[in-house]
Amino acid sequence: MINLYILQIFSYACCITISALGLNLIYGYTGLFSLGHASFMGIGAYLSALLTKSFSHYGYLIYIGAIIFSIIFTFLISYLIAIPILKLKSDYLGIATLGFGIIVKVLLDNSDKVFSQMGGPRGMLGIPNFTNLPIVLFSLIMVILFMRNLIYSKLGRNLIAIREDENAAYAMGINVYKQRLLAFALGCSFAGFSGALYAHLYCFLHPSNFDFFRSIDLMLIIVLGGLGSMSGTIIASFLWVFILEGLRVILPQAILDWRLVIYPLLLILLMLLRPQGIFGNKEILWLKKEY
Amino acid sequence: MEYFFQQLLNGFQLGSVYALISLGYTMIYGIIRLINFAHGDIFMLGAYFGFYAITRLKFNFFSAIIFSMVLCMIINVIIEKIAYAPLRKKNVPRINLLITAIGVSFFLENFTSLKIIFGPDYQPYPRPFKIITFDFLGLTISSIQIIVFLITLVLLLILDYLIKRTKIGLAMRAVSYDKDTAFLMGINVDRIISLTFALGAALAGAAGVLYGICYPQIYPYMGVMPGLKAFVAAVLGGIGVISGAVLGSYIIGMVEVFTAAFVSSTFRDAIAFAILIIVLLTRPQGLFGKEEGIKL
Repeated sequence: MINLYILQIFSYACCITISALGLNLIYGYTGLFSLGHASFMGIGAYLSALLTKSFSHYGYLIYIGAIIFSIIFTFLISYLIAIPILKLKSDYLGIATLGFGIIVKVLLDNSDKVFSQMGGPRGMLGIPNFTNLPIVLFSLIMVILFMRNLIYSKLGRNLIAIREDENAAYAMGINVYKQRLLAFALGCSFAGFSGALYAHLYCFLHPSNFDFFRSIDLMLIIVLGGLGSMSGTIIASFLWVFILEGLRVILPQAILDWRLVIYPLLLILLMLLRPQGIFGNKEILWLKKEY
Repeated sequence: MEYFFQQLLNGFQLGSVYALISLGYTMIYGIIRLINFAHGDIFMLGAYFGFYAITRLKFNFFSAIIFSMVLCMIINVIIEKIAYAPLRKKNVPRINLLITAIGVSFFLENFTSLKIIFGPDYQPYPRPFKIITFDFLGLTISSIQIIVFLITLVLLLILDYLIKRTKIGLAMRAVSYDKDTAFLMGINVDRIISLTFALGAALAGAAGVLYGICYPQIYPYMGVMPGLKAFVAAVLGGIGVISGAVLGSYIIGMVEVFTAAFVSSTFRDAIAFAILIIVLLTRPQGLFGKEEGIKL
């Protein structure tokens, strides 16, 4: 029983890692401040769940189709949104994406008025359980490989150059705006992917799973891990999921309520003691590449 | 038509509360460029302090407001000294300050949710004065609305006087304009920053009590949405601009009330943010903000 629970937490951590890697691409590598990342996860989750629920007799075929479709859809929609929004800079971009996240949540809350299966504020039930541990692990490894190759490609180096100095990058002939668009949309499609996996892992979706707080959680993870570090993001995601869940097991019943008090205190302490995150912008093992 | 004016009145009431919160956001952002996510929770604390002052300590309404303002000031200054000041001295990236603010916000929400503090339940807010309603040209005006307007007005006038006419206000403006130069001119920058946090918290504390009186139900997470809305209002008016924050708050209050009245109450959060995004896209510095030059 406890093993099943741990396996589910582990799968959940894999989903979160995929999403957080996407945000690290957006904020850590490219420097685009985004506070609405979870909403793209929500778009991917609801879209894929709607597909698999409507065509459940196709089994795994529609599951894979739905995942691919939600990746493509989140890519396209985030690209379209980014075209106007990326004209904004730093904090203002964060505010605009935060606003977008809240709008998506309100739309999901009202979704049952258009698609009754989506359940609106009652949550979406009866999603087939397709996601299992091998699938999430495989997806995670694929995403990490993709991300590694991306970061060490020309695009990745362009993005880092843009983060470090936008004007210098522009002077070197990098099309700053277009590369940013691409990075934003790619990062968001990671979130769509992870959302699709998540939907078929828990078989239940609720708009509050993808609200402002979840976006903040993802931002916390990448800052804790170290901005611009894949290893940091991966380890921080797992630590974050397991510490939050672990406190539930370790703490005695009487002070279980303190779980959510200890967590922000740890966060504040870590920001004071290690402002650059666990890894800074370093990488470990084969994620590191010598130039 | 009367319905329209009645809603206008309700919009003014909500906008007044937002104005008091958003001033704190705008001043703190103006001075250290921090989106202080914990500000909405200071507002929540203010509501609770007022609640306990009225129910347990049997204070009257005005002394409850002052009590809550003072306590919020003290708490916000302590938070600033413990959480933000060490980070500022280390010269860390701004994102760390933001994450710390989020941490403080989570801490305040969850700590006050503990049963030994305020408890996680909804509490009905007491109304310490008689509610009288007047009929004025077919509109119903209650004494609550009049009191909210008056208190907001008085606090705004005091703040305006503080910022524009006193030495402290001059120092605050100098620090927000250029911290390093202000320091060279002999201004104690740390003290001015603490003072800004204290001022913001005092206004948020008053806003908490007023909110409790207007919408009589409080709970530890009540600060999140009003906090975000007030922040939106501050950005809408041009962040760092005092008069902009007030006007932005009234706009957001009106938009919210009118959406709830004429469209659907489930959409009111979305519309406020949609307006914000549209305004940001057409005027990134906000309605009354100064345009910043490109820094190379």
